[in-house]
Amino acid sequence: MFMFEKAVVGGRRYWIWILCLLAVIGLGFAAYLRQLSQGLAITGMSRDVTWGIYIAQFTFMVGVAASAVMVVLPYYLHNFKAFGKITILGEFLAISAVTMCMLFIFVDMGQPTRVLNVLLYPTPNSLMFWDMLSLGGYLLLNAAIALVTLSAERKGVAPPAWIKPVILLSIPWAVSIHTVTAFLYSGLPGRSFWMSAILAPRFLASAFAAGPALLILLCVLIRKLTHYDVGREAIQKLALIVTYAMITNVFFLLMEVFTTFYSRLPEHMEHFQYLFVGLEGQDSLVPWMWASAILAVISLVLLITPGARRNEKVLLWTCGIVFLSLWIDKGLGLIVGGFIPSPLGAVTEYAPTIPEVSITLAIWAIGFLMVTVFYKIALSIREGFNS
Amino acid sequence: MIISRKRFLQVTGASLLVAAGESRTRAFPGLAQGEAPALRAAELKAGRWAMVIDVAKCAREEGCTLCVDACHATHNVPAIGDRAREVKWIWKDSFHKVFPDQENEYLAAEIRETPVLAFCNHCDNPPCVRVCPTQATWKREDGIVMMDWHRCIGCRYCMAACPYGSRSFNWADPKPHVQKLTAAFPTRTKGVVEKCTFCEDRLGKGQLPACVEACPEKAMAFGDLLDPRSLVRELLGSKYSIRRRPELGTKPEIYYLV
Repeated sequence: MFMFEKAVVGGRRYWIWILCLLAVIGLGFAAYLRQLSQGLAITGMSRDVTWGIYIAQFTFMVGVAASAVMVVLPYYLHNFKAFGKITILGEFLAISAVTMCMLFIFVDMGQPTRVLNVLLYPTPNSLMFWDMLSLGGYLLLNAAIALVTLSAERKGVAPPAWIKPVILLSIPWAVSIHTVTAFLYSGLPGRSFWMSAILAPRFLASAFAAGPALLILLCVLIRKLTHYDVGREAIQKLALIVTYAMITNVFFLLMEVFTTFYSRLPEHMEHFQYLFVGLEGQDSLVPWMWASAILAVISLVLLITPGARRNEKVLLWTCGIVFLSLWIDKGLGLIVGGFIPSPLGAVTEYAPTIPEVSITLAIWAIGFLMVTVFYKIALSIREGFNS
Repeated sequence: MIISRKRFLQVTGASLLVAAGESRTRAFPGLAQGEAPALRAAELKAGRWAMVIDVAKCAREEGCTLCVDACHATHNVPAIGDRAREVKWIWKDSFHKVFPDQENEYLAAEIRETPVLAFCNHCDNPPCVRVCPTQATWKREDGIVMMDWHRCIGCRYCMAACPYGSRSFNWADPKPHVQKLTAAFPTRTKGVVEKCTFCEDRLGKGQLPACVEACPEKAMAFGDLLDPRSLVRELLGSKYSIRRRPELGTKPEIYYLV
């Protein structure tokens, strides 16, 4: 099934890695069983901060999933040949990331057994309904594209013609998943932090920086482990994409800061104040947010300086910094910060608990496991390499 | 024992009829419309239910929580000590917390700290209903914003959407925290959202909401906004009233006389 036989042959290093991932998944699964029996009380969430690290990670991973479009679009729409070896990696990264998104939503449900009620009682006025549709559709599109192109490649024939329109459809679809995800937040009266028309563009910009940065890291790792080389040109082009996206992201963020602080609307300012200086003596996210801001500035300097960007060693560090900075910004501050203070002015802090973190890590491990297995299959077919 | 097909159908048909008769209880209160009129002879009906609260009257008896106690006992609301995880349908908070937009630096301390009742505003334009992905919360024709605890998936989107903090989530099983079980009303399970229902089950039996009935000062008036002769309209037409955060466009239907 799906060339799966390629995934079950591997060397010692491969199996140790797989076992490590399975161990993390097992621990998280045990924590989830506890959550199932005791309820979401085992998390750090509260009546004021009703969404925590699960939904924040979901938001971040939608971005990673959407960013596959940054390799798909140049390769298929502009026939940019240098991305020939990297596109399949981007697609498999998207499949894994979307799966993680769905898992993060699932573990956040108070009544997980009823989750299909969303499809049983379709509700077009709820953005969550559209989010489920767009994520599900995106998963199907990418799975079909990866499967069809890879099978064709294995047989040494050109992919069937009908897949081309499917690939083209996946391009606007990628934009849609992150737009709809931003709309989940940006249309809620009383949640001033998210009440911004630039939230969706900002989501896309940060996604197109964080996703390709992760892809660069993965490509270099693969080259080290397997000698499958996507080529210097592809990596440099991706680095350029990260550069423009990161500049755009910081620009959008500064626009948010301007409207908030020049207007001096207290409701809008309070969230930034909580995140960057603390509010009513509550300041547990302050070091994180400053770390994110400083890392963003450092990454911009390194990305914009041509010499630093072209030096691959430096570029790897830069990509790590970009990813970390955006993970803190979006995978932590953006969701939690929207709840603090509450619309009634209550400042209730949030910190994930140990079971909550282990469930989160397990979903990350599932993502890594999927990426590992998919990449193994893809590369086995491409290069016929072993181990 | 072998049951013939005919006998099986008779038995199941009869039990379905019995079940249908019994289902006129409160498990799915909002679905109760369209029932046999005889059962609803004394039902209180309105074009648009609303509540008017006289803040001064409400504050007269210091530390009074009779309405809160009555509501929470009637509806099996669990008493959870932890403020961060508590479940509440109606509660008292200080004026500046209920009306954060009415605050100024020099507001007299006694006004600032006046206890004010807060609960679901049964908005005419409820954001919670708009965002719910399963229609587990919906607005009835008479304006009551209802909850179906059997359909709710516990995504808590409604809590993010409600600007009044009127919704509570059952982070854990609430049953151990229900002090005295009221058998006539269902308990909830862990993982679902709950809130004030304007006592729609009591209205169905011709009774006023439990909080209104419990108030010795008659500080809460409940009635039909569309009826010009109703008590709520009389009060609103004769005194100055405010609502919680009307600028958000949610059209809250709880009015406060200040």
